[in-house]
Amino acid sequence: MKEAVITTDKLTKRFGDFVATNEISFEVSRGEIFGFLGANGAGKTTAMRMLCGLSTPSSGNASIAGFDVYRQTEQIKKNIGYMSQKFSLYEDLTVLENIRFFGGIYGLSRPRIREKGEKLIKDLGLEQEAKKLVGALPLGWKQKLSFSVAILHDPQIVFLDEPTGGVDPVTRRQFWNMIYEAADRGVTIFVTTHYMDEAEYCNRISIMVDGRVKALDTPRNLKEHFGAATMDEVFYALARGAKRSE
Amino acid sequence: MEAVRTTHLKKTYHGKTAVDEVSLTIEQGELFGLIGPDGAGKTSIFRMLTTLLLPDGGAAAVDGLDVVKDYRQIRKRVGYMPGKFSLYPDLSVEENLNFFATVFNTTVAANYTLIKDIYVQLEPFKKRRAGKLSGGMKQKLALCCALIHKPTVLFLDEPTTGVDPVSRKEFWEMLQQLKAQHITILVSTPYMDEASLCDKVALIQQGKILSVDTPAAIVASYPQPLYAARANEMHQLLKALQQSADVRSSYGFGEFAHVSFKDTDIDIASFETILAKKGLTDIEIRPTPVTIEDCFIERLNSQA
Amino acid sequence: MKQLLTFVRKEFAHVLRDRKTLLILFGMPVAQILIFGFALTNEVKNARIMIMDQAKDQASRQIIDKIEASRYFEVNQYIHHRDELEKGFKQGDVRLAVIFPQGFDHALQHLHQAQIEVIADASDPNYATTLSSYISSIIQDYQSEQVAAAGHLPYQIVPQIRFLYNPQLKGAPNFVPGVMALVLMLVCVMMTAVSIVKEKETGTMEILLVSPFSPLMVIVSKAIPYLLLSLINVTTILLLSVFVLDLPVQGNLILLFAESTLFIITCLTLGIFISVKTSSQQVAMLISLMGMMLPTILFSGFMFPIENMPWPLQLISNVVPSKWYYIIVKAIMIKGLGFAAIWKETLILAGITLALLVISLKSFKIRLS
Repeated sequence: MKEAVITTDKLTKRFGDFVATNEISFEVSRGEIFGFLGANGAGKTTAMRMLCGLSTPSSGNASIAGFDVYRQTEQIKKNIGYMSQKFSLYEDLTVLENIRFFGGIYGLSRPRIREKGEKLIKDLGLEQEAKKLVGALPLGWKQKLSFSVAILHDPQIVFLDEPTGGVDPVTRRQFWNMIYEAADRGVTIFVTTHYMDEAEYCNRISIMVDGRVKALDTPRNLKEHFGAATMDEVFYALARGAKRSE
Repeated sequence: MEAVRTTHLKKTYHGKTAVDEVSLTIEQGELFGLIGPDGAGKTSIFRMLTTLLLPDGGAAAVDGLDVVKDYRQIRKRVGYMPGKFSLYPDLSVEENLNFFATVFNTTVAANYTLIKDIYVQLEPFKKRRAGKLSGGMKQKLALCCALIHKPTVLFLDEPTTGVDPVSRKEFWEMLQQLKAQHITILVSTPYMDEASLCDKVALIQQGKILSVDTPAAIVASYPQPLYAARANEMHQLLKALQQSADVRSSYGFGEFAHVSFKDTDIDIASFETILAKKGLTDIEIRPTPVTIEDCFIERLNSQA
Repeated sequence: MKQLLTFVRKEFAHVLRDRKTLLILFGMPVAQILIFGFALTNEVKNARIMIMDQAKDQASRQIIDKIEASRYFEVNQYIHHRDELEKGFKQGDVRLAVIFPQGFDHALQHLHQAQIEVIADASDPNYATTLSSYISSIIQDYQSEQVAAAGHLPYQIVPQIRFLYNPQLKGAPNFVPGVMALVLMLVCVMMTAVSIVKEKETGTMEILLVSPFSPLMVIVSKAIPYLLLSLINVTTILLLSVFVLDLPVQGNLILLFAESTLFIITCLTLGIFISVKTSSQQVAMLISLMGMMLPTILFSGFMFPIENMPWPLQLISNVVPSKWYYIIVKAIMIKGLGFAAIWKETLILAGITLALLVISLKSFKIRLS
């Protein structure tokens, strides 16, 4: 087993009487693509917020990139990247300005931002669009760009919250190629999605139901275990019994 | 008579074409899917058909009524659930339903049979405020509100976006039940797998219709035999396929990679050996049924 | 009709179920009245002044006594030479000087006219204006006493009618009409704009537009609840001013409510206009606050006297509806005047309302933009 970069032990978050995340325990190793699935309201977002150092757990432990989620949230934030479907880039800034801004807040030096920015723009084939406003780009390009920006500072882990929602099937696959390449370089990918075929692209996946992790294994093992032909069926079998949703 | 007909329908925003000469015909009683990614123009088409937007070119008719001239009549007959529709969170389930019934000049009792199957699931929570309902329940209530005046055509704009697979499945089951009541339903979705649940679908990208037909016919029109490939390492497999001169197209598809070959009579066994030489193991390639998503990718690639 | 009722009932449910809205709606008028009434009055107390009495006769003595007796002024020093004036002002704590010329009484008795020189430190213009009007009022007061004693107007000192209808020089009369304008402006403009834009945000507006319910009726039924709630607000303010601030309504109450209703309609129309032009609650709120509240404070005349403004600003003040409403309320409430005295202002206000109504209806779309 490779070195673990995310470790959680009975991690719990309560809001009053409501247990949003209930004693979840798992490990994710370096360079792994980890799919974090669950029905709406199962507690995914709450769990992800704790792992990113945005919310303090009620009990349990977790360590992210070797840092403690209670005491070292600042170090955690320096070592992770984050991208969500809803917010990722500033629409009213140009591609270059976004790169400079996000490079800047992660403390990259100017020459380094320029060098990385140029490479990023070249890799994405955005040379013509570098000085255009991000708002003018098609959704698929935006999502690819914001992923690239999220890993600009070479984080150990990148958290992706439904990164491909509403993106066309071809761009979606290009996006996953970028994820694979980042994983090959040793970046750990922690991703949520509603597309069950994307769950298959993950090395391992966990499925949360009512605040608990109900299943955690490779897609192939899960399908075998549930006697299902597709991940869709596995998900359905697990989540159908859910008591709550958002 | 068709329930919906558009001819060369066009919409531009600040010089950008959002809907590009779209011509569609939807028969009465049909469950019609408009399938494409975000930004393809689905919402613009819905808004033009529901008389909320004026077309910049072409024409459209709902129930034989012109969307520009006869907008008042259309507004009396159609049901519409916008993509971001969220009801009134501070009104209760009952109050929401009664409100929309009155706005549409009817009562809940008058059309109760239509929504009965859905509403019985909501009944235990009828005093609860809509904002406090679960996601799935909100959606059911929204559907009830859109149905309360017994519309002839029901427009559902991305009702399942961002919804988990279980709720999506339930929602489609409700639509099948409605179809049995002879309501024409036009539904848009970015999820390709939902296409097979429609009577007829139109694939749309960047404002243009790529194809319109029954799901079966679209799948049948796929030009080549399609194979599903699997190996010990997915990413390496995809790279190897991409680099191979024999491969026409290849892309990940769930746990498999879908592949079509330039030579339709290719010897699969020898191709597997080539892959094995690149260090891949557990290679398995077999014919696989074509899906709507494969067709969509095919159309996009052939356009590019 | 049934649709309209249902709609209005729904609007009331929105308002009554949202504690924050309720608080703004009914808490604000009370808070404003109390704040303005007890804390923020621009009333002056114990302002330091200098007096240079070159006349030293009976009339000047009597006026000085009146000034000294007033709680607004505290005579800091008596000076004898004009050179001392500048020194007094420069020390900073003297805000105003009153100079009686030689032979003041003599001039009054024989020429039936005399001048008093009033010099104010105008580095704070509002303060200076207030102080000099208080001095004028005291002189006016003295003059009225003479009239009462003599039975006819024996002489004239300084004509000054600014505080004629407020002999006790209370601060309240000025701000109550101002607060009424402000509260109605805020409640009607902001609440209407926000409540319509909210429907756009939740997507319910699309449904309403697609329904057979006429778009115009959507707007009308949005406005009705706020019209009613605003009338409640007017009542609250009036009750507070009568029973807490001890300021009775001098004029006709029905006329006051009728004029208030007109102003409320003006505000509702403005709110509708803003809602047509914006699509997010924040923007609607910002425009309502910046675009409506500021002009009301600046140009209605209730905080800053319009006559002291440069003419371009005076010109602008004419299109601010609250200015006219402020004048109308002042006339009815404090001066006790009837419709005959304010028909011109009413006409102007009605004109502005009509113009706004036409613009709003023209720009209101039966479709999405």
